[in-house]
Amino acid sequence: MAKKLFEGTAEQMSRLMDCINANRNEQGALMPVLHEAQNIYGYLPAEVQTVIAEELDVPLSDVYGVATFYSQFSLMPKGKHRISVCLGTACYVKGSDKILEAIEKELRISCGECTPDKKFSIESCRCVGACGLAPVMIVDGEVYGKLKAEDVAGILDRYIKD
Amino acid sequence: MVNLKINGISVSVPEGSTILQAAKIANVRIPTLCYLKDVQCVGSCRMCLVEATGARGLVTACTYPVSEGMEVRTNTPKVRKSRKTTIELILSTHKKKCLSCVRSMNCELQKLALEYNAEEDRFGTDHDLKPIDDFSASVVRDNSKCVMCTRCVAACAQQTIGAIGPKNRGYAKVIGSPYDVSLAFTPCVNCGQCIVACPVGALYEKSAVADVWGAIVDPDKQVVFYTAPSVRATLGEAFGLPVGTNVEGKMVSAIKQLGDVKCFNMDVTADLTIMEEANELLSRLENGGKLPMFTSCCPGWIKFAEHYEPELLPNLSTCKSPQEMFSAVLKTYYCEKNGINPKNLYVVSVIPCTAKKYEVTREELGKYTDAALTTRELAKMFKEAGIDFVNLAESEYDMPFGEASGAGAIFGATGGVMEAALRTAAYKLGGSGAPLEFKEVRGTEGVKEAEYSLGGKTVKVAVASGLGSARNVIQAIKSGEKDYTFVEIMACPGGCINGGGQPYVHDEVRNNIDLKAVRAQALYDYDKDSRLRASHDNPAVEILYKEYFGSPNSHKAHELLHTSYGKREKY
Repeated sequence: MAKKLFEGTAEQMSRLMDCINANRNEQGALMPVLHEAQNIYGYLPAEVQTVIAEELDVPLSDVYGVATFYSQFSLMPKGKHRISVCLGTACYVKGSDKILEAIEKELRISCGECTPDKKFSIESCRCVGACGLAPVMIVDGEVYGKLKAEDVAGILDRYIKD
Repeated sequence: MVNLKINGISVSVPEGSTILQAAKIANVRIPTLCYLKDVQCVGSCRMCLVEATGARGLVTACTYPVSEGMEVRTNTPKVRKSRKTTIELILSTHKKKCLSCVRSMNCELQKLALEYNAEEDRFGTDHDLKPIDDFSASVVRDNSKCVMCTRCVAACAQQTIGAIGPKNRGYAKVIGSPYDVSLAFTPCVNCGQCIVACPVGALYEKSAVADVWGAIVDPDKQVVFYTAPSVRATLGEAFGLPVGTNVEGKMVSAIKQLGDVKCFNMDVTADLTIMEEANELLSRLENGGKLPMFTSCCPGWIKFAEHYEPELLPNLSTCKSPQEMFSAVLKTYYCEKNGINPKNLYVVSVIPCTAKKYEVTREELGKYTDAALTTRELAKMFKEAGIDFVNLAESEYDMPFGEASGAGAIFGATGGVMEAALRTAAYKLGGSGAPLEFKEVRGTEGVKEAEYSLGGKTVKVAVASGLGSARNVIQAIKSGEKDYTFVEIMACPGGCINGGGQPYVHDEVRNNIDLKAVRAQALYDYDKDSRLRASHDNPAVEILYKEYFGSPNSHKAHELLHTSYGKREKY
């Protein structure tokens, strides 16, 4: 099984087990348990999926199938600073793919991944309702608009020092 | 009853029937792809679309219920165009290496494409090939040929394993095991039900054909084949003979035409298994051993128990399977008797099973088998050798492992091992005049139960085929609801006659006959016509004990014919 950057605590596991126990006999228990697991860990590590499969007595292929079907679920850990690039129609025609490319190049990771020092993670999203500012990216909830690819390095610098 | 018309033909069907079921009664053929009787009915492939009054747009015949006065049209230009487009869309991402495909001339997609004049490149063919997973000892997956019908997923779920499922979404969707881990590292039990459910060449067995050809032409090797009980009942299907035709004689002739090889009958070691297993059962009964005792001939069931029911492992018979017993006997007794260096004896087992391919790799069984060929692979070798199978004269198996009992032959059907064991146990407890037929344990239902009084002892038995049924029986035992003495489990629904290595049978045939029952009948007829009916009457087995093993459960028997298993993690 793929070992990612997984470090779980006993407290996290105890919260997960509480959620599993609360849903154990419910039909369709998998979705609420996966949601809570992602809340606890920030993503769905392979080890956590295996625990969920064993505890709910469903095949791991079911858990993994659901986890990879819905885009809200992530199989990769999230960084301290979460970068989100809008790939909605307005941002896209204004070149947000170039912005994403610049971030990926700067951080040397792909969209959906997390840097090895766990400082940054990149994801994409669809329309944040700021089309007038297109193209936009969001870092930790802060919106940066009317971006050009050359702006990216400067913005990231503010967070690198942090 | 509901009255409707299909293409103008009036038909009356029970309420709740689907259009597909009604069409069958009206003798109207509707093409299907993702639908497979007893396995999957989800209406996702869109091949079975028809026009029906009262319905908006085209509807899937496999899921759409009939209603009073409905008029169904199955072959309008609109329907035909839709089906053609569906096939062309599937073909747009299909690896169309049809000539060298294992399913060429026997592919459900190829057949549909031909029928609907589909063009293979209407939507372009520019797509990436996906990696082939061939790490498993039994099952190879080539997702570039997958048509996403999910029949394999349904078959695996029906076995309650769920080793595979859909992954990702949209264009990225593929079928397989979680992450990019091979099937070899999942709780897959190698039953191969996914293979026989697949309509195309996306799933097939790990082939041993090239190795066997190599051994046949190797001047240093002596090659011996032996064939499992159910192969005689299914092999003919690969040559267009009707389902349920016993082709034993032609099969033996054909094997001998492959080269300078001998051909033995695996029913002999099925009989040997019964001698050991019946004795083990009686000894457990007398000495307070672990009960219920479970059969151990099915390698799919063994791996299932290791993954899912490790606490039951002490309940499993310690007998090796007939395959592993036979190979052990050949590499020891047979070699010693005939002055052959075991290294130069190449043992080929012909089996209806993909799990047996995994079994031959198990260290704890001694690795006496050199190659295991499925029924399909044997048929392929015959075709490659240009053998005119249907018109062959019949031959007999080679001695000393030629003749066996009918009890050995019915090992290939669910309930067969139980019945064979009961014949010998009844004889041991009751002497001659003991009953020979135990019909309560026959039939294709998932679970069968019976209670017999043998020589004053009450024996409660259960027979389960298909791992879902096996789970139900185990649950009933664990909860204390049932207390059986002896339980037979076969991983494949219906037993070996429906094994993962048996000839491909198109959905059109599978959906319209009881495949398991028709194939099993060939074995029961064979048993009925056999000169010997019980394992303890087999003269070859008698000689084996006299010349080599001494008696059942002897020290030597334990060394070569018995084994033990251990717990196995799932992931």
